[in-house]
Amino acid sequence: MTSVLYDAPGPRAKRRNIILSVVFFALLALLAWWIYKTMDDKGQLKWALWEPFTESEAWTTYLLPGLANTLKAAALSMVIALPLGAIFGIARLSDHRWVRIPAGAVVEFFRAIPVLLLMLFANQFYSSYTDVSTDDRPLYAVVTGLVLYNASVLAEIVKAGILALPKGQTEAAQAIGLRKGQTMTSVLLPQAVTAMLPAIVSQLVVIVKDTALGGVMIGFTELLNSRGTLAAFYATVIPSFIVVAIIYIVLNFILTSFASWLEGRLRRSKRSTGAVLGAEDVEDLNAAEVGGSYGTGASA
Amino acid sequence: MFDFLEGYDVLGAFWTTVQLTVLSAVGSLIWGTVLAAMRVSPVPLMRGFGTAYVNIVRNIPLTVIIVFTSLGLADIFRVTLGAADDFEALSFRLSILGFVAYTAAFVCEAIRSGINTVPVGQAEAARAIGLSFSQILWLIVLPQAFRSVIGPLANVLIALTKNTTVAASIGVAEAALLMKEMIENEAQVVLIGVVFAFGFVVLTMPTGLFFGWLSKRLAVKR
Repeated sequence: MTSVLYDAPGPRAKRRNIILSVVFFALLALLAWWIYKTMDDKGQLKWALWEPFTESEAWTTYLLPGLANTLKAAALSMVIALPLGAIFGIARLSDHRWVRIPAGAVVEFFRAIPVLLLMLFANQFYSSYTDVSTDDRPLYAVVTGLVLYNASVLAEIVKAGILALPKGQTEAAQAIGLRKGQTMTSVLLPQAVTAMLPAIVSQLVVIVKDTALGGVMIGFTELLNSRGTLAAFYATVIPSFIVVAIIYIVLNFILTSFASWLEGRLRRSKRSTGAVLGAEDVEDLNAAEVGGSYGTGASA
Repeated sequence: MFDFLEGYDVLGAFWTTVQLTVLSAVGSLIWGTVLAAMRVSPVPLMRGFGTAYVNIVRNIPLTVIIVFTSLGLADIFRVTLGAADDFEALSFRLSILGFVAYTAAFVCEAIRSGINTVPVGQAEAARAIGLSFSQILWLIVLPQAFRSVIGPLANVLIALTKNTTVAASIGVAEAALLMKEMIENEAQVVLIGVVFAFGFVVLTMPTGLFFGWLSKRLAVKR
């Protein structure tokens, strides 16, 4: 039995399940038929609209450069946000109130603001106050927005990762005479990073998805933006959306699978302390629960 | 100091943001609950559909979904939601459709995890005293499940509030679009940024505090 809700079905339940299946299948078929019919009527199924995707030109001119920019922005943001997040995460755990409170304020502030606002702001800021060239500005703005937001989320992940370690780790480090800084850098942080790896990988999915914001609003030529150019050139609207969506789904599915594989591996490993942060934890952090954390309530 | 705000309807833009948030929240709560019911249902076909929906929709950027509602659904599929001639109403309704489609996947996962927190023994006990499937669902499992997922659902709601800015990409006159317009026309980039950031903090902070209090209050003590 897989669920709380139902037993292994008896003869009546089996009949009911079959009826439900048939009705649901009919509904799905109706939907599929409507989609097919409309696309056929609008000429979206013509082979000419799909043909570009079988040739190399659409890929080399539009999709691959767009995908490359998406990945570039995501990778840059991750690389910059990680150390920043680590610093702020550790600062939030500081014993000194004058370090802990400002760090907490910064983290909560940037988590409470939509990434799009951060990107729009950064874009205009660079244009007004700096001499970043017009070509580079969208990339700079996208990366700045993503870094500010994701560094805050990563700071929470780092904090949670360190707090998830057994207390004995700190006590043992103190017992052999390590100072606070040494305890953090040589005992806690290395273990916390291992525990956080799955959470960090699943945060990458969020970053990859958020790059698309820059494409529509500030003209960053990432995958979604390239789709627009491609659709205008080949006049292929629906197919271009489908292809681009599939690229995103495959890319993020690989990342998600990698994260959960990593999580399973870390949970099984005998050498770890048992502290692992998975994708579930990241989803809660991304919401920015302003004003302190609340759990699922089950253990309150 | 704040005289650059004159001539702009900042409160009106945030009111649109609030409307987008509330309507999308109601829609995604309904559709998300239906999806969650499918994911835990005994019918394999429905389970498969629920799983596929959640895994596909969660991995597509929200921006792609929102842009698609405008360029794909409205232009090609003629889904106009009763507002074919009124461009403003059309993009407003389309963006809500997009938010519901996207957010429901997260609502579904939250509710499903809530159903999983109910101990199996309770359903077994309920069956033992002769309750039917729907009685078990409505009287025993769902009330406890909803109480235990208030925290995660509040997180989804806060994320939705911030995500409504994406509606700016199809021209819905909400906060992000007004901010874009204002920083392009006015010189006070930083001050405008502060005003809009403050607006979102004001929107999300009470939500977080209220639902945090509520989830602690209603938590099922086990």
